[in-house]
Amino acid sequence: MHKIKSWYSGLKKATKTDFATYLGVILAFLIVFPLQQKGILSRSVSGMLIPLCAYIVMAVSLNLTVGILGELSLGHAGFMSVGAFSGIVTAMSLQSAIPSPAVRLCLAIVVGAVCAGVAGVIVGVPVLRLHGDYLAIVTLAFGEIIRDLITCLLVGYDSRGLHVIFNASGSRTLEDLHLAEGGFAIIKGAQGATGTEKISTFFAGFVLIMLTLIIVLNLVRSRSGRAIMALRDNRIAAESVGINVTKYKLMGFITSAALAGAAGALYGLNYSNLSATKFDFNTSILVLVFVVLGGLGNIWGSIIATAVLYVLPEALRGFADYRMLIYAIVLILVMLATNSDSVRNLYSRLFQRKEAERDA
Amino acid sequence: MEFLSYLISGISLGSIYAIIALGYTMVYGIAKMLNFAHGDVIMVGGYVSLLAMSELGAPVWLAVLVSMVVCTVLGIVIEGLAYRPLRQATSLAVLITAIGVSYFLQNAARLVWGPNPRSYSAVISGTLPLFGGQLPISYISIVTVAACIVIMAGLTWFTGNTKMGKAMRAVSEDKGASQLMGINVNRTISITFAIGSALAAVAGVLLCSFTTSLMPTTGSMPGIKAFTAAVFGGIGSIPGAFLGGILLGIIESMAKAYISTQLANAIVFAVLIVVLLVRPTGLLGKYVPEKV
Repeated sequence: MHKIKSWYSGLKKATKTDFATYLGVILAFLIVFPLQQKGILSRSVSGMLIPLCAYIVMAVSLNLTVGILGELSLGHAGFMSVGAFSGIVTAMSLQSAIPSPAVRLCLAIVVGAVCAGVAGVIVGVPVLRLHGDYLAIVTLAFGEIIRDLITCLLVGYDSRGLHVIFNASGSRTLEDLHLAEGGFAIIKGAQGATGTEKISTFFAGFVLIMLTLIIVLNLVRSRSGRAIMALRDNRIAAESVGINVTKYKLMGFITSAALAGAAGALYGLNYSNLSATKFDFNTSILVLVFVVLGGLGNIWGSIIATAVLYVLPEALRGFADYRMLIYAIVLILVMLATNSDSVRNLYSRLFQRKEAERDA
Repeated sequence: MEFLSYLISGISLGSIYAIIALGYTMVYGIAKMLNFAHGDVIMVGGYVSLLAMSELGAPVWLAVLVSMVVCTVLGIVIEGLAYRPLRQATSLAVLITAIGVSYFLQNAARLVWGPNPRSYSAVISGTLPLFGGQLPISYISIVTVAACIVIMAGLTWFTGNTKMGKAMRAVSEDKGASQLMGINVNRTISITFAIGSALAAVAGVLLCSFTTSLMPTTGSMPGIKAFTAAVFGGIGSIPGAFLGGILLGIIESMAKAYISTQLANAIVFAVLIVVLLVRPTGLLGKYVPEKV
C-alpha cells in the first residue's frame, strides 16, 4: 500500500489526470454495461449508448485539432461521413466472406479510419497553409463537398465484387450497376445506405473510446505532442527553434481525421438506414460545441461535455417543442457565464472576500 | 440566349448573396467575429415581411420597412445581450455563442410560425421580355441587382465619408487606439450590427421572392454561402463581398445548368478552396504581413 502511495505521489499531474480519465471511462462502462445487458435501461437510453460512444470519439478527436493543434475545423463531420460509408461498404461486402460480425466490425472501423485518414491528407496538405477563419471556412466547404459527393454515389455488391457508379448527372439508377443475381445495393445515392446489418455493439464503442484515449493522450504527452502544442501557442517561435510546421500540423490533423473515421464506422453500422445528409454542417457544429464546452485541450472535459449535452435534449423530451429552445439558451448562458468579464470579476470578488474572511 | 438567361439568374442570385455577404463582412471587419446568426436574421426578416403583407395587408414598401426595423432591433438586442459581454473572450467562445443564437432564432421561429414551409409570392411580379420575348427577365431580378448596387455604393460612401463610417474603419483597425481617440467603440459596433441586420431584412425579402418559400431553416444555407462569398472576395472588404457574392451566384447558376444540379454546391465550395489556396486572403483581401 505504501509503495503504491509513494508511486502515486511521484507521478506528474498530467499523468494523474490521464489515469483518472481512463479509470472514469472504465468505471462508467462497468456500471452501464451490466445494466444494459440485463435490460434495466429503457430502450431509448440503450439506443443512445452507441451513438454516444461515437460522439465521444468525435469530440476527443476534434479536441486534438481545435484544442491541441489550435486550428478551428468546421468540417469534422465530413471525416465521420467518409468513415461511416467506407465502413458500411466494407462490412456489407464481406458479409458472406467473414461470418463473424465482430471481426467485420473491426475491419470496418479500420477501413473507415484509413479512408478518413487519406481524406485528411488530401484536405490537410493544402489547407493547413491557411490560418484562423480561412482554415475554418475551407474545412466547412470540405464537409459540404463530401456530403454532396456521397449523395451522388451508387454502390452495389454481387458475386463479381463491388460496383461503383458516380451519379453526377442525377440520371442514373441502381439498374445501371448491372448487379448479378444475389447482388444487393449498399449505397443508394440520395437515400444513403439502406438495409445495413446493424453490427455495432456498446462493447465495441467502449473499446474504441479507450483506443482513442490511448492514442490521443500518448500523442499529447509525447515529444511530437509538445511540438504540436508549441505550434499552437506560437507558430513563429516554434518554427524558429526548428519544429517542422507542416509535419506536426499534418500529424495532428490526420490522427484526428482517422479517429473521426473510426467513430463514423461505428456510428454508421448502428443504423440500418443512413443518409449522407446526417453528416452536415450542423453535426460538425454539434461536436464543436461539445469540445468548446468541455474545455479546449481538455480531454476528459470533452468526454463529460459530450455525455451531458448528448443526453440533455433527451432528458428535456418532456418539454417537447421547447427542448431545442432550452438547449440554445443553456448554450448561450454557459458561454456567457464562463467567458464574460463581468461574471469573472464577480467570481473573483466573491472568492477574495472569502479569502479575506479566512485571513481575518 | 440560354447562356444569357443562366447568366442573368446567376447575377440576381449572386446579388442576394452579395447583400447578405455585405452584412457579414461589415460585422466581421469590426467585431472580428463570425456571426453565424446572420442567416437566421434573414429568415426572421422574411417572416416579418410575409406577415406584414398577408396578415396586415401592408403594401410592399411598408412590409420591407417594417421587416428592416424589426431586424435592426433584433440585431442590436442580440449584440447587446449575447456578444457584448464576450468582447474580450476568445473568438471561439464568441463563435459558439453565435451558434447558440442561431439555434435559438431557428427554434423560436419554429414555435412561433410553425415548422412547415410557407409559400411566399414574389414582392414584384411580371417579366420584361427582351429580344422579342426570347430572353425574359423578371422584374424582381432587376430590382435585386439594382438594390445590391445601391447598397454597395451606399455602404462605400458611408464608410468613406461620414463620421460614423470613419469611426467604423478606425475601430476595425485598432479598437484600443480608437477608444483613446474618443470613439465610442460599443456604440460603433452596435450600429454596425444594426446596419448588417437591416441589410439582412432586405436580403430576406429578396431571397424569399427568389425561392418563393419560407421555413425556419431558410436562412442557414444562404447564410453559409454568403459567408463563403465574403471570404471569397476577401473578408472585411466591401467591394470584395460584392464581387464574391456575384461570382458565387454565377458559378452556382452555371454549375446547375451545365454540370450537375446535385453537385452545384460542391462545385461552389471547390472553387472557393482553389481560390483560397492561390490567394489565401481572398480576391480583394488585404495582405497583412506577419510581424515577429
